[in-house]
Amino acid sequence: MPKVTVRIPTPLRSFAAGEKELALEATTVGEAVRSLCDTHPGLRRHLYGADGRLRNFVSVFLNDDDIRNHEREATPLADGDVVAIVPAIAGGAPAARRGRAPPRSPSAARPVERSMDADELRRYSRHLLLPEVGLAGQRKLRAAKVLIVGAGGLGSPAALYLAAAGVGTIGLVDFDDVDASNLQRQILYATSDVGRPKLAAAAERLTGLNPGVRVVRHEHRLDSANALEIVKAYDVVMDGTDNFPTRYLVNDASVLSGIPNVYGSIYRFEGQVSVFDARRGPCYRCLYPEPPPPDLVPSCAEAGVLGVLPGVVGVLQATEALKLVLGVGEPLVGRLLLYDALAMRFRELTLRKDPRCVLCSAHATQKGLIDYPAFCGVPAPGEAVESDVPEILPEELRTALASDEPPLLVDVREPEERAISRIAGSVDIPKDAIAEHVDELTRARSIVLFCRSGGRSADAARTLIELGFSNVRSLKGGINAWVTTVDRSMPVY
Amino acid sequence: MKGVVVPPDLLGTVRRFAAEAYPEECCGFLLAAPPTVGSESERRIVDALPSPNRARQNRAHRFVIPPEELRSAERWASTRDLVVAGFYHSHPDHPARPSAFDQEHAWPWYVYLIAASRAAGPGPVGAFELDADRREFREIELRSEATGPSPPPSGAR
Repeated sequence: MPKVTVRIPTPLRSFAAGEKELALEATTVGEAVRSLCDTHPGLRRHLYGADGRLRNFVSVFLNDDDIRNHEREATPLADGDVVAIVPAIAGGAPAARRGRAPPRSPSAARPVERSMDADELRRYSRHLLLPEVGLAGQRKLRAAKVLIVGAGGLGSPAALYLAAAGVGTIGLVDFDDVDASNLQRQILYATSDVGRPKLAAAAERLTGLNPGVRVVRHEHRLDSANALEIVKAYDVVMDGTDNFPTRYLVNDASVLSGIPNVYGSIYRFEGQVSVFDARRGPCYRCLYPEPPPPDLVPSCAEAGVLGVLPGVVGVLQATEALKLVLGVGEPLVGRLLLYDALAMRFRELTLRKDPRCVLCSAHATQKGLIDYPAFCGVPAPGEAVESDVPEILPEELRTALASDEPPLLVDVREPEERAISRIAGSVDIPKDAIAEHVDELTRARSIVLFCRSGGRSADAARTLIELGFSNVRSLKGGINAWVTTVDRSMPVY
Repeated sequence: MKGVVVPPDLLGTVRRFAAEAYPEECCGFLLAAPPTVGSESERRIVDALPSPNRARQNRAHRFVIPPEELRSAERWASTRDLVVAGFYHSHPDHPARPSAFDQEHAWPWYVYLIAASRAAGPGPVGAFELDADRREFREIELRSEATGPSPPPSGAR
């Protein structure tokens, strides 16, 4: 009988006395596996089903070739053959899909109107001393519902101060996880929160600060389908967003719901604050009827921001929100406050209601929410741009590179970028030089191009396709996507 | 029952993969340092590596990692002196608990992370292990290295 080796997969070694392989004699693959189970009976229930046949998800390889390509278990063996048992992995959720849970509504469990207890009187004593707040004001705060869109740089200080001040219901809209790069300014979060959902961490922090506050978590993207439903359950909206589509959406939903919108924005060292209350002043669209062209105004993620800046601006927003709830002072309606941290100067611009505003004027034409990403000419936040060139996902590329016919991998970035991150085995051809290197590429059976995030490699792929190449793909999301999925040993830049 | 320890950002990464794949299931490998024989200590996962979901249909509630993919991942892991020590996958619109199908196809020894995913975004993650007689696919303690000594599994999110 042929002498063969049977390799035992890692998960089953504890059923085979820790052995990695067993030498035995067998004429077929099936016989070898059965013989293995005779020696180590504990293996049987993992390899064979109740019907005595090999389980579906047990794959057997003979010298690196799946026996399904041969005569399966009857595949004959020869001296020196190696039979390897390889698990295939499968699973999944139960087939029947559940209905989606109804959205939580802040009005669902309205706090009962009651008098202040002794703890509350102590907690809010400095407010109670102010005639502008007092017991009546503190009760107003407790009954108030403020929605903060974005639990980030602006939302963090605002939420903390609103919770501390005793605002009874604070709604937070965010669906991100805490990232290490948030900690420089998003003071709701601790280092130990990195990787947690922002709202889970935020709710803990806020209720820890003030257990009397109810935090309503809206853990999803605000969009045209849900914005009105969410916004109308609140008294005041605070805009802590970092992108134009959401900013217009927050504005429009507030105007359509008749709710004031406390606006704030930040850029590098400068901030802006205003209160848009269309019932008595201009809205954001009166100030900016059209969004700036995409790419003209980079976000904080691209341009950077001084960490304390959102602290100043977010606290100004919280101040305005509290004033609106209390009905005291002079709200920042019709005024745009500009803050320059480097010069340490505040300036104020007067804003007027635009008589032709499509949303809030007497001649308004827009009666509902629209498609904001399209309006702003940008993909919806988090959504990829639909590419016209074939793409490959990072995990598919990893598999392809390990295959017998790996694609030719071309790095179309500039030399200084390659010092930051690289994919092993790539050749360097900057995007603008790609056409000059066609001859080197024609020999490749397939080509994968990559850059930082997928834009330049798509351009280069388009160039090659126009030159007649057929099997060209662009790495979706670029090397940054590779780094965030496949190889996290390198930095994202 | 031995628990499993993951680096602080790993659950966030798995939850992100789950959210990105929604409404389909995501799947992939959990990498760890090679086990020492007879070691009864906690298992420490060091990284997650995604795999394409090769289920030919119903990827909203099925995932498949064929043996070739596992071998490729094992080779990839070995270049970093790691081994495949388990798998993660997501349950779109379902809780982070093993299904009967999961149990039927589970292997002993491996750690299985299951991440619930919803249209609204990522959900909780649980860790599970098949016992030696295949009878139970039970939840094991899952904790992030940066958190306290023994929070409940959901507290490690």
